Amino acid sequence: MSAPPAGRPLPVVDADSAPFWAALRDRRLMVQWCGTCDRHVFYPRALCPHCHAELAEWVECSGSGTIHSYTVARRPAGPAFAADVPYVVVLVDLDEGVRMLSNLVTDDVDSVRIGARVAVRFEDVTDEITLPLFEPAPDA
Amino acid sequence: MRTAVIAGVADHPLRDGKLEPGGSVLAAQARVAAAALADAGASWSDVDGLLSTGMWGIPGVGQLPTVTLSEYLGLQPRFTDSSNIGGSSFESHLASAVRAIERGACDVALITYSSTQRSDRSRTLGGRAPVLTMQYETPYGMPTPVGGYALAAMRHMHEYGTTSEQLAEIAVATRAWAALNPAATRREPLTVDDVLASPMISDPLHQLDSCLVTDGAGAVVVTTEEHARACGATPVHVRGYGEAQSHWTIAAMPDLTVPPSAASGRRALEMAGIGVDDIDVVELYDSFTITVLLTLEALGFCRPGEGGEFVSGQRTAPGREFPMNTNGGGLSYAHPGMYGIFLLVEAVRQLRGECGPRQVAGARTALVNGTGGTLSSASTCVLSVA
Repeated sequence: MSAPPAGRPLPVVDADSAPFWAALRDRRLMVQWCGTCDRHVFYPRALCPHCHAELAEWVECSGSGTIHSYTVARRPAGPAFAADVPYVVVLVDLDEGVRMLSNLVTDDVDSVRIGARVAVRFEDVTDEITLPLFEPAPDA
Repeated sequence: MRTAVIAGVADHPLRDGKLEPGGSVLAAQARVAAAALADAGASWSDVDGLLSTGMWGIPGVGQLPTVTLSEYLGLQPRFTDSSNIGGSSFESHLASAVRAIERGACDVALITYSSTQRSDRSRTLGGRAPVLTMQYETPYGMPTPVGGYALAAMRHMHEYGTTSEQLAEIAVATRAWAALNPAATRREPLTVDDVLASPMISDPLHQLDSCLVTDGAGAVVVTTEEHARACGATPVHVRGYGEAQSHWTIAAMPDLTVPPSAASGRRALEMAGIGVDDIDVVELYDSFTITVLLTLEALGFCRPGEGGEFVSGQRTAPGREFPMNTNGGGLSYAHPGMYGIFLLVEAVRQLRGECGPRQVAGARTALVNGTGGTLSSASTCVLSVA
């Protein structure tokens, strides 16, 4: 087994999350969709958290969203992030109606604002893992 | 029906935030339990209930704490509870002990906690592989736990115009209480400017918006009112309790500005049959200044969005209108990872009138609110003396 790459701690992929991470390798942001209550669901799981129907369908997201909240980490979350400070941790409301935590990639951490439009960008971390990060929307 | 009461409490002495004298989490819990039993006038041989949890454990972190601890203490309890819902666990343990005693599942319950995180130079929250739902947070460098609280604070500022100065008021007032408590770790005066000038950790939260990182140990003895009186203890009644959990990952929090104490507080006050105006002293989990502000709103001491104004002008400081976190809190007394048991210890001492220069005159009814995880769990208790 090779040593873990320097950098971010890698998600431990499981049966729930395997389709999510597999789609990201192909540069697609996929989330589950509940046909019973007609809602998108994130993160991936066995049963819909709203109506408890079994979740089997996946749909692709536009990758566009709005910043619901953010923080600028001035201290790293462990040594793996030491070279990245200051960096932006962001809650993004995707246009499909689900909220996810990610990073906003920006050279100006003090310019971030709640309500700003963002777009996904795919960050290859290893051969297996591509993270869905965000950046200011091109037309923002 | 049997009435369960708190008969004894104790906190372990600290020096510079470390156990004094030192020792393991097991030794600390043994010493602090002995102190709480002595406070109650109760005997080790009476103890038949044990409730404990923590970040230590055998064979692994968080595992089998009551099994390990009962052996160390030479106890064979017939009722145990090692539920871990984060820092609010001990308010839930109190409710659990009350129910157990009322139905005769045990007669004398001991609730204990200890951490040696400061002596160990470690906080055990980070560094674990991002399994299960953590795979959607940890890879993004989410600072834990401050990051989630920072996201909530930023959203509260956005929605209501809350300011860093208002958050700092909480840290300053809490320090003023600590100055009156010889057992508190940080007692030197603090100003709003000091808080704002301290290093930013995770915007908008500064270092002095954040709790201390210390060792600590605490214990609470719960028994029947009859037994407490026979032991010569002053019984403190548990008038109401309530719990709530709303999320674990911060992206799943239903509303970043409304912690689950909104529901736990409503349940506890309904059970007690009183309102917030009937409360004389308030002990709220203060992992961060924003934790307190959100909890004040959630419990109904002020309306949503008005927390910043509520705490302005040192309203929660000694001698002012709203006595809160009277031992100096997690911000200035001590914060050994899970703080909730110390809220109970201080509330009981206030209700028994034992607090010397920091005593709240005429305190008869106290509200205690524990918060766990990242605003994830809440447990509220209403305590009173007859």
